[in-house]
Amino acid sequence: MANLETTQNSQMPDNWTSLFTATGWANLILLVGLALVPTIAYYTGHPFWIDISTRLVILAIAAVSLNLVLGYGGMISFGHAAFLGIGAYAVGVPAYHATYGEFEAIASYNGFFQFGLAIAVAALFALITGAICLRTKGVHFIMITMAFGQMVYFAIVSIETYGGDDGLVIDTRSEFPGLDLSNPIALYALCFISLLVVLYIVHRLVNSRFGMVIQGAKGNAERMNAIGFNAYIYQLTAYVISGAICGYAGALLGNFTTFISPEMMDWSRSGELMFMVILGGAAYLLGPVFGAVAFILLEEILSGFTLYWHLPFGIILILSVLFVKGGMSGLLSRLGKRDG
Amino acid sequence: MAEPILSIQGLHKSFGGVTATDNVHLDVLDGETHAVIGPNGAGKTTLISQLSGALKPDAGRILFEGNNIVGQPAHKRSHIGLARSFQITSVFMEMTVLDNVALAVQAHDGHSFRFWTPARASKNLTDPAMACLKQVGLESRANDTASVMSHGERRQLEIAMALATKPKLLLLDEPMAGMGPDESARMVETLKSLSGKTMLLVEHDMDAVFALADRISVLVYGQVIATGTPDEVRADENVRHAYLGEAA
Repeated sequence: MANLETTQNSQMPDNWTSLFTATGWANLILLVGLALVPTIAYYTGHPFWIDISTRLVILAIAAVSLNLVLGYGGMISFGHAAFLGIGAYAVGVPAYHATYGEFEAIASYNGFFQFGLAIAVAALFALITGAICLRTKGVHFIMITMAFGQMVYFAIVSIETYGGDDGLVIDTRSEFPGLDLSNPIALYALCFISLLVVLYIVHRLVNSRFGMVIQGAKGNAERMNAIGFNAYIYQLTAYVISGAICGYAGALLGNFTTFISPEMMDWSRSGELMFMVILGGAAYLLGPVFGAVAFILLEEILSGFTLYWHLPFGIILILSVLFVKGGMSGLLSRLGKRDG
Repeated sequence: MAEPILSIQGLHKSFGGVTATDNVHLDVLDGETHAVIGPNGAGKTTLISQLSGALKPDAGRILFEGNNIVGQPAHKRSHIGLARSFQITSVFMEMTVLDNVALAVQAHDGHSFRFWTPARASKNLTDPAMACLKQVGLESRANDTASVMSHGERRQLEIAMALATKPKLLLLDEPMAGMGPDESARMVETLKSLSGKTMLLVEHDMDAVFALADRISVLVYGQVIATGTPDEVRADENVRHAYLGEAA
């Protein structure tokens, strides 16, 4: 696999004292901030912030899933938006049939069914495409993952039933017992708790035996084979796990926007997820979350000044890749070392 | 006389018009250190790569403990007891020294579809890994990242990783490449301390070869032109002409 030229730190804090470093404090402030700021803003009459935060947290989950393969596994996927789209349509399509009939088998508002479907279809798509993509390396891998992503995009565009290009409105959100997702606070709570759970899962994964294998295969697949690993099947498994998590994020996204369209799985969305991972710090557990915060805030601030906010945004990204090794998390961990 | 653990028979490999391995016959006996020497471009690394499974030969057989292993992928060959070190240092640069070796231990400790328990807390991995580091004298560097080690130390680490796979046959591709005299001497000591291990050693450093090898094969333009004890090879007319003569 292609190697990302970043300083990476695969070591996770494995005891409590390591929490009280610059990185530890920043991570804590980030998560507590994400829990409190939108909630307080909502109850003090600024509902706008909870909308932004919900979108941010959902994209952060997707970016964390991408970080598993891109940051830890060195598999530079440029097609992760497809998993987001698959997840969103796994909510939209059953809801559509539950409202308008046909395809009784999948017609349902049930959240467990819809989210389960999102995870299953995304994992299956990852398994099939990953099995092919992982036969290639480097730029070829980037291009073929993007090609598969665009394939899904055009497939959805061509299905008239679900609105094609125009997209599909979700009239009824996923139904969970005791949880009303049309309440913004409830939806945000679900997204935020999901982020915490996903972070914990990824933390356990990357430090497990499985995690050691995918990190070993990142830069040196030949060496992995020489010491006796079939790196391919481990990389494929990581790709499937990543796709499944991203599909779950897509199901949340569908519930948040209540309007789904092929636009949400365009290749530029895949690029945005990559920005978040690289800007925030690839192969750092919370890197993608920092990246998502930076991305959403920059987008909000810059788009307030100019319609062409992508331009200054691109410049910031280029500067950060050139001069800030390891992204924001990398910067934090170096600051911490200087202090200590 | 010991049985050959590895028997190479009529091995052939060419790249376009260049024949890198030309009808090579070579036996490595159980317990011996067998050195392969030869000038640059003689096909030494190509030979090792075919043995480890990184390259596929055009023709010929490679018998390991009597079984033809041609066509077996590299990761399977590791499991039957073949371990390789690389000419160009090949360790996991971002990992610690201990993690590097523990990963090699892990490869031979069942499957790695274990997603939840931290690998670094597993004594089954770290204890054998530390033992291998002791063998090459790197135990004090266990928690350093491989990227901050010197070239010589990384080469020692490679040997530790190869040992961690509990090999029956070590394939060493120029372990002294790029080393200064002190580092080379240390590597010779390390390899000497492994006496009893069967080794196929490809090396440029003649002092090291004559210090370590029980038998030597001389490879020139992909062909084995002589095999014998160090004294026999030194005395061989063809070898003096083709190789030692040029070097001296």
